[in-house]
Amino acid sequence: MSGYDRALSVFSPDGHVFQVEYALEAVKRGTCAVGVRGADIVVLGCEKRTAMKLQDTRITPSKIAVIDHHVCLAFAGLNADARVLVDKARVEAQSHRLTVEDPVTIEYLTKHIAGIQQKYTQSGGVRPFGISTLIIGFDPYDKTPRLYQTEPSGIYSAWKANAIGRSSKTVREFLEKNYEEDMNREATIRLTIKSLLEVVQTGAKNIEIAIMASGKRIEMLPVDSIEQYVRDIEAEKEAEAAKKKSRAQTSSN
Amino acid sequence: MDVILGITTEKEVIVITSRAAVRGVSILKTDDDKTRVVAPHTLLAYTGEAGDTVQFAEYIQANIQLHEMRNTTELSPPAITSFIRTQLATSLRSRKPYNVNVLVAGFDTATDKPELNWIDYLASRVKVPYAAHGYAAYYTLSLLDRWHRTDLTLAEGLEVADMCIAELKKRLPIDFKGVEIKVVDKDGVRTEKVTE
Repeated sequence: MSGYDRALSVFSPDGHVFQVEYALEAVKRGTCAVGVRGADIVVLGCEKRTAMKLQDTRITPSKIAVIDHHVCLAFAGLNADARVLVDKARVEAQSHRLTVEDPVTIEYLTKHIAGIQQKYTQSGGVRPFGISTLIIGFDPYDKTPRLYQTEPSGIYSAWKANAIGRSSKTVREFLEKNYEEDMNREATIRLTIKSLLEVVQTGAKNIEIAIMASGKRIEMLPVDSIEQYVRDIEAEKEAEAAKKKSRAQTSSN
Repeated sequence: MDVILGITTEKEVIVITSRAAVRGVSILKTDDDKTRVVAPHTLLAYTGEAGDTVQFAEYIQANIQLHEMRNTTELSPPAITSFIRTQLATSLRSRKPYNVNVLVAGFDTATDKPELNWIDYLASRVKVPYAAHGYAAYYTLSLLDRWHRTDLTLAEGLEVADMCIAELKKRLPIDFKGVEIKVVDKDGVRTEKVTE
């Protein structure tokens, strides 16, 4: 051990804060979460850990948390850390309503969450939050879908589509290749599921999808509906592969 | 001299609140709403010291909504009433208590029954079939004693409400500028009628 990773708020000589980098490592080990913005909806997709045989899945908490009726958050990293952060966000959302009589904007809430995360990198006796978050929603009186990301260091950024957690790099690259502007509802949901399938082998059973539309409450996509999407995507993939094969054969003849 | 009045019928609660905002002998406003929707099936009607009332109602509203977000379930009207009573009881024993009297009108989706609770600033809570705060109680409770039944339909309930309003118009010395009549039933809270 170099000694520069003991106390949190101490720089190493080359300018790193090791504890924050370790927190990012915890994020990389967390399950994958994806956010995609469409023309008028925004979708969150999450990889769900396979439940153990005797686990009651109905009451096991989800990785997607509702902050207020118009804001929703997914995270990757340490579940227990996320619970604390989610609760702080919910209190802030209600407190904002109480003081200024308006719901929070998505950017305001993101900034608040990132602010808390930053505080935990510069205070004594604490450790950083081991989570990255994707925050989706709609600003009050506005129809533009929003997607933000926050990191353990307190950095926040806006995205059209992004992924965090395990294999997020693979998924992000997939999104970069396949993202299109102004996708409709179907295309947005499809892209979310398709990108998740890049890293989730077990299929619909281990996927969670949340959809937000302007002025509406959050909608969790039912499992059978996700299964339908997965079947369609797999059928399409197979058809493509078959086409490629036959083309390869004809060209070799 | 605000009017707040609640009447339960078989399937809903009718809440009547006056539209005038009064300070001293002046009327400041004639479209005042003395209610807050605290949960999808619960309406809080309030009267008391100006300032305290709205502050308290919105504080309750924010806390109930926070609870809803944290637990992804709606609190039942009796639960909300208990919470409000606790808050008022704590406030009463503080340095500066809230001077607020409230009616909590709700529809309990678990038991499928309407429920009306009366709470005053001393934090006494009573579950009642009909209730009023302040001077309005003097003129309407006798009418309600005579005409209220637990099996009233909404139309009949509104008729009783009209009788109460007519009586108040006749007897209260200051014009209360009409009323807002709200109904809480299985579908939530809605404004039934606004009179001048």
